[in-house]
Amino acid sequence: MTLFTILLSAILVNNFVLVRFLGICPFMGVSKQVGSAIGMGLATTFVMVVAAALTWVIQWFILEPFGLPFLQSMSFILVIAAMVQLVEMFLHKTSPALYRAMGIFLPLITTNCAILGFAIMAVQNSYNFIETVIFGLGAGLGFTLALVLMAGIREDLEFADIPKPLRGVGIAFILAGLLSLAFGGFSGLV
Amino acid sequence: MRLWKDFVNGLWSENPTFRLNIGLCPVLAVTTTAIDGLSMGLATTFVLICSSALISLLKKIIPDKVRIPAYIIVIATFVTIVDLVMHAYLPDIHSVLGLFIPLIVVNCTVLGRAEAFAAKNGVLRSTVDGLGSGVGFTWALVLLGSLREILGKGSLFGMSFVQDGATTLGVMGLPPGAFITLGILMAVMNMVAARQKKRAS
Repeated sequence: MTLFTILLSAILVNNFVLVRFLGICPFMGVSKQVGSAIGMGLATTFVMVVAAALTWVIQWFILEPFGLPFLQSMSFILVIAAMVQLVEMFLHKTSPALYRAMGIFLPLITTNCAILGFAIMAVQNSYNFIETVIFGLGAGLGFTLALVLMAGIREDLEFADIPKPLRGVGIAFILAGLLSLAFGGFSGLV
Repeated sequence: MRLWKDFVNGLWSENPTFRLNIGLCPVLAVTTTAIDGLSMGLATTFVLICSSALISLLKKIIPDKVRIPAYIIVIATFVTIVDLVMHAYLPDIHSVLGLFIPLIVVNCTVLGRAEAFAAKNGVLRSTVDGLGSGVGFTWALVLLGSLREILGKGSLFGMSFVQDGATTLGVMGLPPGAFITLGILMAVMNMVAARQKKRAS
């Protein structure tokens, strides 16, 4: 039951993008087409789940026993960067088509603050191993959901007559605000 | 004169928030009040100045292939320093900013200045460039924080100017308020830039 609560909370109630403001850059940058939004979301989810497992092991088997929690952000970001590199090489070898489709978005996953953010949050909440992985999965799915919703709306906006200064990021932020209002309706669900 | 140009560059024409649209997570998350925005801005400015200076010093030593991880380590070092110092001396502000202090590591502005400027220029110019971008980032945060505090709480920098119990726009303190206010501010800044361009031509 608690595992389900963690998952639901990360996807809907405390959506990483719309409620916690994590991962805004890719949210604004890669939400112009539904196709690339789905690809980016799933790649990020995958990195998050693996990063969840690795950072948990680092935190509780290396940093805590040796009294080094101050190295947290440094070691976590290195692990995430190394992992993104690994995913990139793996995809390049096994499925070049998917690798090409992802293009520039793959290396950019490293600087997605949702990944470092959720890893630090999981430590602060002192989740156990399973909870951390489920939290990572929820965070990734929540990110994907927000990205795909936004891309759907922005595709439809293509032909709308928007005042010139609002075009681009301006209208995207106002849309995100409206989506965020809607997600506010989920509060109290968990 | 050239130094002055490097500094002013970050204030407006390459303002990270309004012109380049990078590093937006803290802009939205920690601008509930003007003070929060100011402290976040100053913390980021410190990291920007120090990392720009150190990276430009090390630019000949760092091999080109591993430069991004090397930059991230340099940035993470200064972020850890800020985190520990604020935790010790400013515990109130540290608890408000919370998660977003360690997240300065992944603020695209810091890595962006390192890659675009500090890796190619001398120490003094890189430091000034870092300072300019930092001040540009800070004024954006303070502006958004002030607007949200005035509308959401009826106060500015903690000084209230409405009667107790007056109705304020509470939604401004919540996530939707942040998104919508920033969206409108972006539009205003685009208008200013367009007018500037028109006048110049």
